Amino acid sequence: MSTERIGAEAVAARGWLGAHKWLLARRASQLGILTLFLLGPLAGVWIVKGNLTFSYTLDVLPLTDPYILLQTLLTRHLPEAKAFVGAAIVLAFYLLVGGRVFCSWVCPVNMVTDAAAWLRRRLGIKGGAHVSRGARYWILAMTLVLAAATGTLAWELVNPVSMFHRGLIFGLGAAWAVILAVFLFDVFVMKDGWCGHLCPVGAFYSLVGKVSLVRTAAVQRAACNDCMDCFAVCPEPQVIRPALKGVDAAGPVIADANCTNCGRCIDVCSKDVFVFGTRFGNKADKVSSPAQKMAAACK
Amino acid sequence: MEAEKPRKASAAAAARRQFLLDSARMACGVGLLGIGIGLYAKQAKALPPLAVRPPGALAEKDFLGACIRCGLCVRDCPYDILSLATPDEPVATGTPYFVARQLPCEMCEEIPCVKACPTGALDHKLTDINQAKMGLAVLVDQENCLNFLGLRCDICYRICPVIDKAITLEQQLNARTGKHALFIPTVHSEHCTGCGKCEKGCPLEVAAIKVYPIELAKGEPGKHYRLGWVEKEKAGGSLVAPDVQHQYNLPEGMRYESGKGLIPGGEAPAVPPGSAAPGTQPAAPRALQGGKL
Repeated sequence: MSTERIGAEAVAARGWLGAHKWLLARRASQLGILTLFLLGPLAGVWIVKGNLTFSYTLDVLPLTDPYILLQTLLTRHLPEAKAFVGAAIVLAFYLLVGGRVFCSWVCPVNMVTDAAAWLRRRLGIKGGAHVSRGARYWILAMTLVLAAATGTLAWELVNPVSMFHRGLIFGLGAAWAVILAVFLFDVFVMKDGWCGHLCPVGAFYSLVGKVSLVRTAAVQRAACNDCMDCFAVCPEPQVIRPALKGVDAAGPVIADANCTNCGRCIDVCSKDVFVFGTRFGNKADKVSSPAQKMAAACK
Repeated sequence: MEAEKPRKASAAAAARRQFLLDSARMACGVGLLGIGIGLYAKQAKALPPLAVRPPGALAEKDFLGACIRCGLCVRDCPYDILSLATPDEPVATGTPYFVARQLPCEMCEEIPCVKACPTGALDHKLTDINQAKMGLAVLVDQENCLNFLGLRCDICYRICPVIDKAITLEQQLNARTGKHALFIPTVHSEHCTGCGKCEKGCPLEVAAIKVYPIELAKGEPGKHYRLGWVEKEKAGGSLVAPDVQHQYNLPEGMRYESGKGLIPGGEAPAVPPGSAAPGTQPAAPRALQGGKL
């Protein structure tokens, strides 16, 4: 890894804007969605009402968080039809663009944990607690069991994701302390701790992402110069290797459900290895094996 | 080849062992977290008495499973009385409530908060706001209520949107002066919607009348209790055999008079005073007969 900052080569190659365009697009998306929600209470312009668990846009479009709908169903309560329609629309959308697009393009906690990851890199903090990235699925299962066992949305009492978004719109109260705790946890205790290891909301959306259409793909993986910037910047670096290195004859499409389609790998790569594409056409033979690539590089 | 087999087997055993260990680690760690949240959820089921749920809210234990904390009821309330609980408040995080003493429910005829609810946590079957049961007003402090002191405050009665049904004024003798009346505000649970207007209107420093959750406010008689007069009315007549007329067996030439005992004398009435012949009404005390004392 170079001692320069991550993405320095990409900035040199494409300029600062060119090397941050997906990051900027994501921030615009996250802040734009938040602004839409805030326009009502702050400016009296009611385009969107509610919050990320359920919202009503222009009094026609219901959008429901399918994860919370699932919890409600497990408490043996049958919601109104509107809630089901909203969940179907949301599910269809994420099936199209990628399950964890919620995490990187919508969820407000992402900005907090991205800031934590940035600070961690700047301070050069290494190591910390180790928990398997599979922990989130255990926690997801636990939250569903809790809903069924207590008959209440027990997880929603403490869920930092809904708590933060609701708080920004309806009043934070002490939720700021929970969010600060998540930030500090990610900085000092565990790299990508909350979003990458523990959050059951992300885990739920990753299950949607198992079959979703839009994927990041390392189509130019032959051009990779092993600068490792993509691995350093990626919040789920384990998803890159099979596609980039062709492990077990894998194709260039990042098939792992935990890729959030954040596009940071596209931004920081000076060789333009990554692009957004679809899950189809994932042929291993499109690109050369690492061995051939090495030979090509030596020429 | 011979050595390969046991090595493979031991590798598989080690992998299995590792898998079981990892699973146990996760199950125990996450289980601990889950127990913590579960117990917290159990505590959070208790709604503090001063927080009132919007109209149509399901019973609290069902409400906490049905409400997804989206805040649409908050948004559609034209009087902005509802708010979503923040984590530091004693109401389940994110759920809607109002505090009657601050801002009571205005009982909109359209009930927009209920219509906005996407899950039915606010029951859409509630279409007449007068049927709402957000809570029940209780005149908790009879020592400080101005009407109980004999004054004509009457604010809770006058301000009640269901006046003369949910709250009535019941006359009693003012024992302090001996000649005035007390007008006692009396809540009737059948009609009270729990809107909290009375609590908001009470002019005392701390309200003497408060809206409480119905299960706190209301008593309940045993399932087997029957009110004799109600049952009698239902049946259209007495359900028990009439009392057997008491017979005195007095010595000859004696009569009995209440307070005096046996009195010798000829003209003993066949029926002693205070009892009645079968088929006639017993004599009421003179004071109640409208006669002069």
